[in-house]
Amino acid sequence: MVELSHETRPIIGRGQPLGATFLALAVISIALMVADQRYDQLARVRGWLSAAAYPVQVAVDLPFRIWSRLTGSFADRSRLRSENLELTARLRLANLQLQRFAALEDENRRLRDMRENSAGVAERVLVASILNVDLDPFRHRVLVDKGAVDGAFKGQAVLDAEGIFGQVAQVHARTAEVILISDAEHAIPVQSNRSGLRSIAVGTGDSGRLSLPFVTVESDLKAGDLLISTGIGGVFPSGYPVAEVTRVERNAAATFAVVDARPTARLDRDREVLLVWFDPPAPAAPAEEPAEPTAAADSASAPPATEPAQ
Amino acid sequence: MRASNLTRRLLYWASVAAGLVLAIVPLPDWLGPFRPDFALLAVIYWILTSPRIAGLGYAWLAGLFLDVLRGMTLGQHALAFVLVAFLAHRAQLRMRMFPILHQAGAVMVLLAVYHFVLFWTDGLTGHSYTGWNRWLPVLSGALLWPLIAAGGDTLARRVR
Repeated sequence: MVELSHETRPIIGRGQPLGATFLALAVISIALMVADQRYDQLARVRGWLSAAAYPVQVAVDLPFRIWSRLTGSFADRSRLRSENLELTARLRLANLQLQRFAALEDENRRLRDMRENSAGVAERVLVASILNVDLDPFRHRVLVDKGAVDGAFKGQAVLDAEGIFGQVAQVHARTAEVILISDAEHAIPVQSNRSGLRSIAVGTGDSGRLSLPFVTVESDLKAGDLLISTGIGGVFPSGYPVAEVTRVERNAAATFAVVDARPTARLDRDREVLLVWFDPPAPAAPAEEPAEPTAAADSASAPPATEPAQ
Repeated sequence: MRASNLTRRLLYWASVAAGLVLAIVPLPDWLGPFRPDFALLAVIYWILTSPRIAGLGYAWLAGLFLDVLRGMTLGQHALAFVLVAFLAHRAQLRMRMFPILHQAGAVMVLLAVYHFVLFWTDGLTGHSYTGWNRWLPVLSGALLWPLIAAGGDTLARRVR
């Protein structure tokens, strides 16, 4: 049982009235929430506060970092050797694919130049490691160790080796909060690599599943299709893998099919991600184009004005 | 007595700060939803034992700092903390007389209020998550309460 302290608590004269303090603090809290949510006025205050939070977050992360470094430096020789062999094999394969890719990229660039359309290919990347800090079990957000000091900005695309990971939701001085594509509040414009069908992939709050709510029943999409980013909206670079369709359920009575996809990025296992800077797609993929998949289903996106003169 | 008041004050600050750190320490995925609100439990404990030291202001600050640590809308946790601290202050003369299980029940009510405020403000700010497992910390916190009370008492007795 809680023990009584030996301080005596007079019945009369308890110091300042509790109710008034409570009311004042509650009103301040609500004012803060409104200001933070509606008016975005608190950037500076948040900056100071997050500067105070930074040491705590680093301190929490530190033991995990030291542990992984220790296990890394004491890894036994046979494991390193097998890892090395595997990496060499993968590198050989990747180089092989790259040879073909270089030719394709050249060709693609030529074609795009003809259409005066920049592809918005990623130009510069920065490796950021994810801090071992739990933000909220019900939101898919992580904290990375790069912030405004390193040039990160709000709305920046974040990738990993396998695909699109998320985007920067909040930038602090030395850290940034990244919202994953699987967060229930996140949506990303995608395109089927096979059929060119465009749609929007919405997070579900489950790190292994995205949902495509606006795919009509008769649209051309099937399980196994790779969904890539379109670059529409200017947040994500175009042409990067986002997810693979795992399930398409068509109910003839409904307007929309039930489509699930599995993110290609390893959302729940990554420790390092890439912050990406790129040229936003040039006018040929206009930003005001409706992101509605039904309207955008035709894949010819270039307005006639930018067609090359024959 | 003055000196012991100071050590108590330091203990109060240190325990709430430790609770804030524990709020972001990574846990395995299956354990994450069970994470008890250590900082809030510390605040409640100190309000019950030393109400004159544990005021509302520090509870509010702790909540605000939690908002920053977890990247929530500023003021969400602060509001919930100050409301729970206020209720605990109002009930503390009764609550500290309760037998321990009864007390754990009262703490459970306070935690439910806390999570209801978070749930409600989450809804207002458009982050609503309505899964049943967001209420698990209420249960785990109440189950942990006897341990926290016993640990706190031991600590307080040692530094007296």
